[in-house]
Amino acid sequence: MSVKILTKHFGIKDSHKINVYMKNGGYKQAEKALKEMKPEEILEEVKKSNLRGRGGAGFPTGLKWSFVPKDTGKPVYLCVNSDESEPGTFKDRHILEKDPHMLIEGIIITSYTIGANEAYIYIRGEYYPQAIRLQEAIEEAYQKGFLGENIFGTGYKLDLKIYRGAGAYICGEETALLESIEGKKGKPRLKPPFPAAVGLYDCPTVINNVETIADIPTIVEKGGEWFASLGPERNGGTKLFAVSGHVNKPGVYEHEMGYPLMKLINEDAGGILDGLKLKAVIPGGSSVPILRAEECDINLDYDSVMKAGSMLGSGAVIVMSEKTCMVKALSRLIHFYKDESCGQCTPCREGTGWMLKIINRIIAGKGRKEDVDTLYYIAKGIMGHTVCPLGDAAAMPVISFINKFRDEFEYYAINKKSMVE
Amino acid sequence: MGEKIKITINGKELLATPGKTILQVAEENGIEIPHYCYHPGLPVAGNCRMCLVEVEGARKLQTACSTKISDGMVVRTNTPQVRETVKQVLEFLLINHPLDCPVCDQAGECGLQDYYMVYGQYDPKFIENKNKKSKKATPIGKYVMLDQERCILCARCVRFTRFITKTEELGIFNRGDHSELDVYPGKELNNRYTGNLVDICPVGALTCRDFRFQCRVWYLEEFDSICPGCSRGCNIKIYYNPHRPHKAEGKRVLRFKPRPNLKVNRYWMCDDGRYGYKFIDENRIMYPLLKENGKQSEIYYDEALKKFADYLKENIPDRVIYLLSANSTNEELYVTKKFFVENYELENIFLPAEDIFTGDKDDLLITEDKHPNTNGVKAIFNILYKDFIKLDELREMIERKSISLLIVNRHELLDEVLEYVRENNVKLVYLGTNFNKTAKVADLVIPISVFAEKEGSFINVDKLFQMFTSRLEPLGVSVPEWVLFNNLSEILEYPLSYSSYKTVLKQMISEVVGFKNIDLNNFDKYGEMVEL
Repeated sequence: MSVKILTKHFGIKDSHKINVYMKNGGYKQAEKALKEMKPEEILEEVKKSNLRGRGGAGFPTGLKWSFVPKDTGKPVYLCVNSDESEPGTFKDRHILEKDPHMLIEGIIITSYTIGANEAYIYIRGEYYPQAIRLQEAIEEAYQKGFLGENIFGTGYKLDLKIYRGAGAYICGEETALLESIEGKKGKPRLKPPFPAAVGLYDCPTVINNVETIADIPTIVEKGGEWFASLGPERNGGTKLFAVSGHVNKPGVYEHEMGYPLMKLINEDAGGILDGLKLKAVIPGGSSVPILRAEECDINLDYDSVMKAGSMLGSGAVIVMSEKTCMVKALSRLIHFYKDESCGQCTPCREGTGWMLKIINRIIAGKGRKEDVDTLYYIAKGIMGHTVCPLGDAAAMPVISFINKFRDEFEYYAINKKSMVE
Repeated sequence: MGEKIKITINGKELLATPGKTILQVAEENGIEIPHYCYHPGLPVAGNCRMCLVEVEGARKLQTACSTKISDGMVVRTNTPQVRETVKQVLEFLLINHPLDCPVCDQAGECGLQDYYMVYGQYDPKFIENKNKKSKKATPIGKYVMLDQERCILCARCVRFTRFITKTEELGIFNRGDHSELDVYPGKELNNRYTGNLVDICPVGALTCRDFRFQCRVWYLEEFDSICPGCSRGCNIKIYYNPHRPHKAEGKRVLRFKPRPNLKVNRYWMCDDGRYGYKFIDENRIMYPLLKENGKQSEIYYDEALKKFADYLKENIPDRVIYLLSANSTNEELYVTKKFFVENYELENIFLPAEDIFTGDKDDLLITEDKHPNTNGVKAIFNILYKDFIKLDELREMIERKSISLLIVNRHELLDEVLEYVRENNVKLVYLGTNFNKTAKVADLVIPISVFAEKEGSFINVDKLFQMFTSRLEPLGVSVPEWVLFNNLSEILEYPLSYSSYKTVLKQMISEVVGFKNIDLNNFDKYGEMVEL
């Protein structure tokens, strides 16, 4: 039986209520952190825990916090990224719905550690019921005195606000998220400067994913070393895996870092739908490179997936059976990234639209053999040349789909029909 | 401060000031890095991606416009990877661009055309339908026409209205490849600097409603000058059309554009000044006019000079008034002073104050004083504002001093003065560039050339002495004022004997006290401060 950190309360009735959360030991870690620990001590534990950002980039959380400059005279902000919009990703939603107080407790500890007195949760506009639930939870926490002035009698003050997005995927990009909170159009900023130094309202800002923050109370409770011991080297803790696609039991599963991908698909998710064979897996959300079935014998941690030529990303595992037409699958992804491109910088704005026109033309039976090369050429032209990672997110699927299934694309372009349908 | 750091661009070791960007250092050293969204007068946006360069140690190509230099940095702008990337970014920019160059007014000075020739020249791969946008050739302000399909969304114009004029009329609407530049709903582009948007637009998206289709830009020639529209003295380029005189109804000058001068106007100029160029070719006084029997008719220039000399001889200086113009150049004012004050011994020489302060000014460039050289008058005639005469006091003064000859340089007199002058047989001489009511009733009208037709200098509101050149011939028989008075002095037999503009300039610099710091051999092209 795997260790459960994030989903440990999921089976409990009314797990989202503060009384239930407290009955199960909730807010004890925040109290311990604020009363008994110095911010540096917490930071040290988080560094030791090998916790890496669960939003997708996998950046070491402790290191990120340590970049916040001291004594700038400016306020420090914590922004929790709950814009979870990458196709395939639906893990944070479960935390927001079933254990919002674990997130709030994590926010209290994190804010205390980085010296923030104001924190924001940026929640995607489509998460309306979740935003309501979260708001109720925040109000409960205020009533209990866990938020607001003089928390646990320590004199520490923290205000927590929800900011609801309006439906743009790009606002999940951390600097676009800041722009959005500031009331501007969600366009990513140039980096440097990085948000740790110049973030929200030009103040030092830490931006973390919901799942990352929800891990913090457990790290405070059980120590960084314990957390680190759950996964392989440099990959601490457990991870929520959101399995979707052609499996019998799609859903969110929590496992230690390094859990085998095939075990996740075959055991947790109940195997491939209709007894079909596995064709490919996108292991970390729609933007990461796809893996062919024979490449899927890997463990799910940042480094192992990277070694296999893809990325663990947000842990959104998209499973495709042998009946999947890769051309059509890719056209869906390109459509998404074309729609969601903010249009600020040239390669992504123009490239995504161009790619969509080509792939739609291929699907409409008007393809030419050279179209496949052109798609590849466009994706390469976007990759690494944009303001924000969304350009890469749009390019990587195209590059990897063509690298791994070029025959299918050429077949469609030449024969005007799908190879698998 | 003042310490420089070492940076290598394309193998060339350079010393540069810390804090600058790769693009700035490259430009200072004559290394071109292509760019659209970067403009030295605007905050960095980094969105066009044309300036991507290789920086040793960086995982990806970096935007030269936003990357600050560091000691020992090694940059390459000409590697195959950089060239390939720039070419492809250009291809991206052009896939949805209409390529309507033959009917685009920007053609010939278009960033897309220019960079295509240098960095593009690819084999186009785009065979899809281009995106349609909602506005083609739509006026968005008095002077600006918008074509959204030509727009490359560099957002220079958006940043200009946001950070320079702070009027925020423009924004980019929608998302992705259906992004469109437009004015905010219910707003109109009506700030006083809209012409700059046309200048900074690197493509044909924003074109000038005043200039478009007047003349293809490759027929134009240009020279440096100073805007005479107000006392700011914005540095400008004058574009004129010497090769296609049949275009634009024979007008020579077709537009002004600002010329960067960080001491004065940075990169901008106001619309009032920019579109105020028309007086150069319109309504000009070309030939002298003499009024006989109540009717003005053209006379020869020599005749006019003689007539003017006769007037001066017939009237004693005590009964003569000369109204100076703050539109005259320093050199003209200097010779005016030599002629009228030192030789003719005229005391009644005034600068009318009436139209100096209009109350119309702003925090950016526009000043209250709509004359380019009021400070020149002050420096050369050594007078203060309190000595300026008001036009409504003029009639009373003419009466009190029994004035019999009134010489007006360019001013428009009040009706009551004109009426008094007519009724009391005061001779009225008008020296000017363009017709106005006063010119039309004067006894003698002598044309003078406009600023764009002569070399000269102005002193701006901040006491900056700025020189300008000319490549236009004076219209008709008009001449600069210093030539006029030089010629007149010969007829009156106390010759000033200036052989050229340079001789006037040199003598002026050496004689006028406030100009003593000016060194003509070492003159700062961005102007020199003088004392008043």
